[in-house]
Amino acid sequence: MYEQKSTLLNDARVRGWIAQALVLIILLGLSCYGIYNVGQNLQKSGITTGFGFLSEPSGFDISQTLIPYSSKSSYLDALKVGVLNTLLVSVFGIIASTMLGFFLGVIRLSPNWLVAKMAGAYTEMIRNVPLLLQILFWYLAILAPLPGPKAALNFQDVIFLCNRGMQIPKPIWGPGCEVVLASLIVAVLVSIGLIIWAGKRQRMTGKRFPAFWVSLILVVSVPFTVLAVTGFPVGWDVPALRGFNFRGGVTILPELIALWLSLTLYSATFIGEYVRAGIMAVDKGQREAAQALGYRPWLMYRMVIIPQAMRVVTPPLIGQHLTLIKNSSLAVVIGYPDLVHVFAGTALNQSGQAVEIICITIAVYLTISLVISAFMNWYNNKYALRGL
Amino acid sequence: MKTIKSLMAASVVAAICLSGTAFANTLEEVKAKGYVNSGVSGKVAGFSAPDAKGHWTGLDVDFTRAVASAIFDDPNKARFTPVAFKEAFTALQSGEIDMLTRNTTWTFQRDAKLGLEFVGTIFYDGQGFMVRKDLGVKSALELDGASVCTQAGTTTELNLSDYFRSKGMTYKPVVYESADEATVIYESGRCDVYTTDTSGLAARRTTLKATEDHMILPEVISKEPLGPAVRQGDQQWSDIVRWTLFALINAEELGITSENVDEMLKSSNPAVKRLLGVDVDFGQHLGLTSDWAYRIIKHMGNYGEMYERNVGVNTVLGLERGVNALWTEGGLIYAPPVR
Amino acid sequence: MTKEKWQPRPSLPSPNFGTGVVGWSRKNLFSTPWNSLLTLLGVAILAISIPPFIQWAILQANWLGDSREVCDAAAAKGSAGACWVFINVRKDVFLYGFYPELERWRVNYTFLLLAFSLLPLLLPNWFKRLQNQFALGIAAILCAFIIFGVKAAVFTGAYLFLPIIMARLVVQNIGGLGNGNGRFNTLLRLGLTVAVGLVAYYFVFALVDPNGALPIAMAVAVIALFLLFMGKLDIAIWRWIFLFTVFPVVAFFMLSGDVFGLPLVETHYWGGLFLSLVVSGTGLGTALPIGILLALGRRSELPVIRVVCVTFIEFIRGVPLVSVLFLASVMFPLFLPDNFSIDKLLRALVGIAFFYAAYMAEVIRGGLQAIPKGQYEAAEALGWTYWKMMGLIILPQTLRVVIPGLSNNFLSLLKDTTLVAVIGLLDLLGIAKAAMADTEWLGFTKEAYIFAGIVFWILCFAMSRYFVYLEKKYHMNYQ
Repeated sequence: MYEQKSTLLNDARVRGWIAQALVLIILLGLSCYGIYNVGQNLQKSGITTGFGFLSEPSGFDISQTLIPYSSKSSYLDALKVGVLNTLLVSVFGIIASTMLGFFLGVIRLSPNWLVAKMAGAYTEMIRNVPLLLQILFWYLAILAPLPGPKAALNFQDVIFLCNRGMQIPKPIWGPGCEVVLASLIVAVLVSIGLIIWAGKRQRMTGKRFPAFWVSLILVVSVPFTVLAVTGFPVGWDVPALRGFNFRGGVTILPELIALWLSLTLYSATFIGEYVRAGIMAVDKGQREAAQALGYRPWLMYRMVIIPQAMRVVTPPLIGQHLTLIKNSSLAVVIGYPDLVHVFAGTALNQSGQAVEIICITIAVYLTISLVISAFMNWYNNKYALRGL
Repeated sequence: MKTIKSLMAASVVAAICLSGTAFANTLEEVKAKGYVNSGVSGKVAGFSAPDAKGHWTGLDVDFTRAVASAIFDDPNKARFTPVAFKEAFTALQSGEIDMLTRNTTWTFQRDAKLGLEFVGTIFYDGQGFMVRKDLGVKSALELDGASVCTQAGTTTELNLSDYFRSKGMTYKPVVYESADEATVIYESGRCDVYTTDTSGLAARRTTLKATEDHMILPEVISKEPLGPAVRQGDQQWSDIVRWTLFALINAEELGITSENVDEMLKSSNPAVKRLLGVDVDFGQHLGLTSDWAYRIIKHMGNYGEMYERNVGVNTVLGLERGVNALWTEGGLIYAPPVR
Repeated sequence: MTKEKWQPRPSLPSPNFGTGVVGWSRKNLFSTPWNSLLTLLGVAILAISIPPFIQWAILQANWLGDSREVCDAAAAKGSAGACWVFINVRKDVFLYGFYPELERWRVNYTFLLLAFSLLPLLLPNWFKRLQNQFALGIAAILCAFIIFGVKAAVFTGAYLFLPIIMARLVVQNIGGLGNGNGRFNTLLRLGLTVAVGLVAYYFVFALVDPNGALPIAMAVAVIALFLLFMGKLDIAIWRWIFLFTVFPVVAFFMLSGDVFGLPLVETHYWGGLFLSLVVSGTGLGTALPIGILLALGRRSELPVIRVVCVTFIEFIRGVPLVSVLFLASVMFPLFLPDNFSIDKLLRALVGIAFFYAAYMAEVIRGGLQAIPKGQYEAAEALGWTYWKMMGLIILPQTLRVVIPGLSNNFLSLLKDTTLVAVIGLLDLLGIAKAAMADTEWLGFTKEAYIFAGIVFWILCFAMSRYFVYLEKKYHMNYQ
């Protein structure tokens, strides 16, 4: 209809460059403008910028600290406490939710109608309710029935359970415990070597070696023997009720229990679905072959189905673990002292350094997620099926 | 710069709410938009809380209405934005609110470092402890080893730490984002002690299921002068808010109430005349009219009336005047003269 | 001689242990000792958990009344049931938050409008016939008339039928006006459509509010003009476009007011289920388009755009939503000039939209990779431009492929709207928490959480079922 005009504007490449330049200019302009505003706003309100505040004393206490911390410690220590608390609940959550998730996934495919339906109902029930609500619910549901410290549930005068948390004894390592620790490390290293050797031997000769059980015995018995030989250089700090609360021992906060429980129950439903999908993705022939070879169901799952399903399951599984770590930030609503609660909450208010603190918080989460993504890429490259 | 701003404004105008205020001249901005916007806590009975119909009541709320009366001669030209403690400072800095009446403690850091300017003290408070009676505790000095519920990021949290440290006692902090949660959790038995300002304790105690089972310990461990704050850098605006407070206090001192204010216009007392702007025009120095203080008292009453209406003995809080009595009656409430 | 003919005996009924209830349970519940054990365990769990819950939630619960005395009296008599009176008394607050009582009809009306404009889109099969669509429109007008009055009815009619009229104008070339020159023809159509749209909307709005109508009508007309560049589209697509452009404008003015003589209702009065739906609705509506753009950007051949998109996506996916919300509520105001502030709700909405856009971008990118290369090549061979190729060939197929992934993201978005409670907005969960702090009604936390949980469960479950339906409907197989 029209003559084809070959102006500069019609050239796709030129247009691409113009578009990119525009995007770049707009982005740079907006960020410069934003940063300029931040500078202006902070200057006007007299807030000093920079990370110098990190070495100032924080002045507040934290209910759960994995490293020594008091209100004299610095903001940097508060940050460390927060990160460690986040990691603590995440690691326990990841372990428990993976176990429960696999159980759910397998059981949903069970020939047992009732159990499969129950697993399905559980999944549909839990995963369609916001996690935040579940955390709040479990927190109050756990707190409500537990008695106060004076009427604490008593297990052999060693472990106590009350609405201040679960009190368990704390080991006090006496002199000579280094040997025990060393023996434990040696036992673990030997076990790892054993498992690798057993795997190799099985691939070469087809003979199986009960590496798992042997290493379990090794890891448990060797340190115990050493302990006995060195004359038990371990004392126990047993919790005891003094005044209002238990003193001594280790307190597992009800906030931690509630958060861990809800993260686990919630995350497990998703993992269960991934596992189910993974198992269903394993070719039917594999199952039939295993049955034809006379494998018992447990062995069939362990030796044939799960290893193949893992290829499909692992990427979303790790994604789910990452989500769990990020979801642990919901701790803020029940007062579990995680990174967001301690650092982006209390520390932010006490110091007023909103920009720096939010940036650090985000940087910590980004680091965690990048490390995990790197691991996932490595895994995918190593184990993904190629050429299919 | 102007074009960028107007472009940004135009692009979002269809879908978003804009509320503009400038650091430069808050009064002009307030007059232009037609209301004073104050940040309030929104959940503390007696200070700022919406009733069942959404009508705001409380001492902080009434103070904002007093500022609105001085400017507009209409206490209803005040609006209230509930701000979380966390956002209070940034909300003020960003101009989202014109002033902060969020029973906030006047401290050095907030005044000197955070860019706030406190205009005075509207309520002298101090941090206290509430415990269950069946704990058998009579003094805060017996609280060694107790679990203490409190709110995150407040001066309360810091005072608590200082107090226990200085007395050589230990405690277990249980810290929540909001005072509401902290109260609910305290009631569940998770903590032995709940700590906040004593006025807050009195307010919270009334909301507990069994009020008689709880008591407030006699110790007051800190000074908490609660006062309205504005952002730094607008002298005129901070003067308006400051002298609104002083006008309320002076009015009580001079015996001017919302009921007798019209008669007082005929008073021969020169101090009364100056305050009510009978022969002089002090209001112009604030950028207001000469009857600015008359408007405040006419609509909102004096400090004493506001106190009794919101937190006094006849309210649910039932607080005696105590340190919040006028200096002439042995209290701390004192205002520079209007002269 | 007669040989007796062999008669088969009637067949026996099948043994009762192979069929029927017994057979079924043998097969499905007790096939092995291990399975029997599992079954018994399952029955035990059910027996322990279900009856007490039913007892608490239904049988011994208190439903009616208007004060807590009802529940206290029942508790004193020893029945430890749930106190649903608590929910019943506060149902308006749970629904609307602190939205002024007199203005609540506006919320209802907005959702009525939404429901009637969504229905034909969500269930296209039911509304294929034009008659059904008209019937729905008439039903909507009647509903609006009965509940809200004449003005609302007129407005509803205009809102629902104008898209159809406008689509007709564009599609049918209005009586063959304009001939020969294609560009002239297009311009003429554009002009006429805009004129008709403007006049129509102007009259409708003028009827509702004589003073404030013009600016709104202009705004809508400008949007319509913009839409016309989309060319000849069928009614369903027009409806989608209206839903994403005109409806938000109408809903915004309807809900926040200050025009048409409606009083202003500031966003911090919004709350309850209504706010949850606003947050999730805007989140769902905006995250997907932004996500599509991000996904396209990530696969773009232009390095700058690709890097920007990749950075953004990876950044967002690495941080929790809570910290994004903190960023939006605490830090973002610092980035604005000093006389400029953006509503807190809007900041939260933008935060949620961008957060989920990053996740959706990844899902869509997966879908884009799944489209066979031939599709791209075919479009390029036809000499189509990038946007035409993407809009008409690639994206429609991609969206079909990624329905399961999108469904997951939509569901998490819906659930994560509760996080706005963390930054102090009173959504359903925030209201539930606020309700628990009410002096009159302490100690009913379980009821409030369970109620909120059930509401969210219904929303999420309905949505997941709808996505299953979509998935089946648009199932495509490239193998």
